Amino acid sequence: MEIAMRDAWGNALVEKGKTHPELVVLDADVSGSTKSILFQKEFPSRFFNCGVAEANMVGTAAGLASAGFRPVVNAFAIFLALKGTDQIRNAIAYNNLPVIIAGAYGGLSDSYDGASHQSIADIAIMRAIPNLKVIVPSDSNQAEQALEYALKQESPVYIRLNRNPMPEIEKSEEFIKEKAIKMIDGNDITIISNGITASFALEASKELEEKGYSVELINSPFVKPLDEETILKSIRKTKKVITIEEHNIIGGFSSAVSESIVKNNVCCKFKAIGVEDTFTQTGDYKELLSFYGISKENIVNQALKILN
Amino acid sequence: MDAKVKTLLENPNKKMNSDELSLLSAFFRKNMWDVLHQRGTGHWGGSASSTELITSLYFNRLNIEPKNPKDKKRDRFILSKGHASINLYTVLANRGYFPVEDVKTFRQFGSYLQGHPCMTKILGVDMSTGALGHGLSIGLGMALASKLSDDSYCTYVMTGEGCLNEGQSWEALMMASKYKVKNLVLMIDYNKVQLDGTMEEIMPLDNLKDKLTAFGWHVNNEKYDGNKTSDILSSFDWIDSDDIWPKAVIYDTIKGKGVSFTEGKNTWHGKVIDDESYEKGLIELQKDIQEKGVRLWK
Ligand SMILES: Cc1ncc(C[n+]2csc(CCOP(=O)(O)OP(=O)(O)O)c2C)c(N)n1
Repeated sequence: MEIAMRDAWGNALVEKGKTHPELVVLDADVSGSTKSILFQKEFPSRFFNCGVAEANMVGTAAGLASAGFRPVVNAFAIFLALKGTDQIRNAIAYNNLPVIIAGAYGGLSDSYDGASHQSIADIAIMRAIPNLKVIVPSDSNQAEQALEYALKQESPVYIRLNRNPMPEIEKSEEFIKEKAIKMIDGNDITIISNGITASFALEASKELEEKGYSVELINSPFVKPLDEETILKSIRKTKKVITIEEHNIIGGFSSAVSESIVKNNVCCKFKAIGVEDTFTQTGDYKELLSFYGISKENIVNQALKILN
Repeated sequence: MDAKVKTLLENPNKKMNSDELSLLSAFFRKNMWDVLHQRGTGHWGGSASSTELITSLYFNRLNIEPKNPKDKKRDRFILSKGHASINLYTVLANRGYFPVEDVKTFRQFGSYLQGHPCMTKILGVDMSTGALGHGLSIGLGMALASKLSDDSYCTYVMTGEGCLNEGQSWEALMMASKYKVKNLVLMIDYNKVQLDGTMEEIMPLDNLKDKLTAFGWHVNNEKYDGNKTSDILSSFDWIDSDDIWPKAVIYDTIKGKGVSFTEGKNTWHGKVIDDESYEKGLIELQKDIQEKGVRLWK
C-alpha cells in the first residue's frame, strides 16, 4: 500500500516519542504539512511551534541538543536549507550536535506550489557541511528507518522527505548499516537511484531486462556517507552507470557518485538524470517529474543510449 | 600590584565583591591588550566593552564549577558577540578552565583558542559562536531544556546592538516571550558602536527598551553602567528581584573602554594594535589597575 512519506514520518515521530523521552519536536508553522502535528497531539509539552522563523528554530534545536535532548526540526526542505543554513552549519554541525533535520516536501513534491517551494538545491548544500549525514529515503519504510538510524547517531542527520504517496520498494536492513541496497544483480549496466526515483528505476530495469539487457540495480538512500564500495564494485563490473535523483544534477547525488568515480580512477560511461540546472514549474507531480526526465521512460532511453 | 591580583586569583571560586571585580577587570583588560598586540589580530573594541560584564558573571554570578565544566546543572553563558573571544578566554583561563599561559596562543595555528569561541575545543565554552545573531535562539533552546528536564539552571546570552541587527535575534525574542521561558537572561552590551560606524550611522536601535518590552520581555527600568561593577551587581539584584520572564538587561557601555584614544571608535573594533598605540595604551591600563588596587587594598 502506498503511504505518503510525511504521514509515515509523523507516525514514526509519535512512535519514537513513546520510547525516547528525550525526543523533542520543533516546527515552523507547517506542522500540518510536515505531519509533526501528530507528535504535538501526543506530546504537547515536547513540541514547539516556533512560528515562521526557521533560523531561530534551528538555533533553538542546537540549544536543546547541547543540553541533552534529541530535537527533530521540521519545515519545508527548501526553507531549512536556505533560511537555516547558517544555523545548521555553525550551531549544529560545527558543534556536532545530534539534531535531526527533517526537510519536508523535498524535490518537486510540493508540485503545485511551484519553483519557490521546490527543493532542488538542499542536498548540494547539506552535503558540503562537515559532520552532517545526508539521507534521501525512497519510500515510507525508509523514512521510518532513517529516523531510527538518526536517533542512534551522535551527530546530526539531514533527512529529506517527500510529500506524496509513492510506490514502496522492498524493505532492506542494509540501509541502516549505511549501505546501498542491491536490488537486482546484473552485468551490462549499473542503475543507481536516490530517493523516490527508486520505483522508476525498478520499472525501467524490468523493461530493460525484457529487452535482453542485464541490469545491476542499486538504491542508495545515503548521499553521505556514500557506500562507495558497493557502488564502485558494480561500476567496475558494468563500466556503465546511470544515476537518478530528484535534485539539480549539480551538487547532489550524481555529483557525489561522479566524484567518487573520478577519485578512484574508475573508467566508465556515465549519465546523470535529474533536474538539468533549471528552475522548475507548477503542475501535477508525476507530470513534472517526467517533464524533467525523472521517469521510467527516460531511464530506459538513457540506458539504451549508453548500452548501444 | 600584579602580585595582589594574583592573591585574588588564587581563590577564583570565591564570590568577588564590586571592588575586587573592578580590579580583576582592569587586570584582564590589560592582559587582553597585551595578547592582541602580541598576536597582531583579534577584536579590542567589543572585548574592552564587555570586560566588566563577563568578569562579573564568572567571578560573582554564574553557578559553575570549572573542574566539572560539563555539569548538566551548571548555568550557561553564550557570548553571541563571539568576536569578543579574547575577553571570554582571558576570563575562562583565570577562572580555572585552562592554563592562563595558553591565552597567548590565541588565534595561532594549532591553538585550541580559535578566532571565535568553539565549544568542542575549549573547556568552559558553552556554545560556539562567531556568526552574529545565533546566541539568543540557542540560549532559548537551553532555557527550554532546563524546564523540560526540571532543572533550574539559568542561561545568560550576551549580544551587542550589532548582533541585534540580525533578524534571527528578533525571531528568538518573539518565541522566548511566547513560551515565557524562565531563567533566560539577555544581556545587551549597549556600546552603540558597530563595525562600520556608530549605531546611529549603521542601524539605529533607538528606544531599545520599548522594542524589547513590546516583544514581551521584562526589561530593566534603572540604567546600568556596564563598565561599573557596582552597577552590574545591582543589575544582578534586579534579575533576582522578581519572577517575571524572560528578562533583558541593557547595559550602557563604552566600546574600547580603558584606552582613551580607542573609546567609542569603530575604527578600533578589530584593528591591529601597533607598537606606538600599544605603549600609549599600556600606561593608561596600568594606571587603572594601580588605582583600583589602591582602592581595594587601602
Ligand atoms: C553574521 C555576521 N555578519 C557579520 C559579522 C562581522 N562582524 C563582526 S563584529 C560586527 C559588529 C558587531 O557589533 P556589536 O554586536 O555591537 O558588537 P560590539 O560593538 O560589542 O563589538 C560585525 C558586523 C559577523 N561576525 N557575523
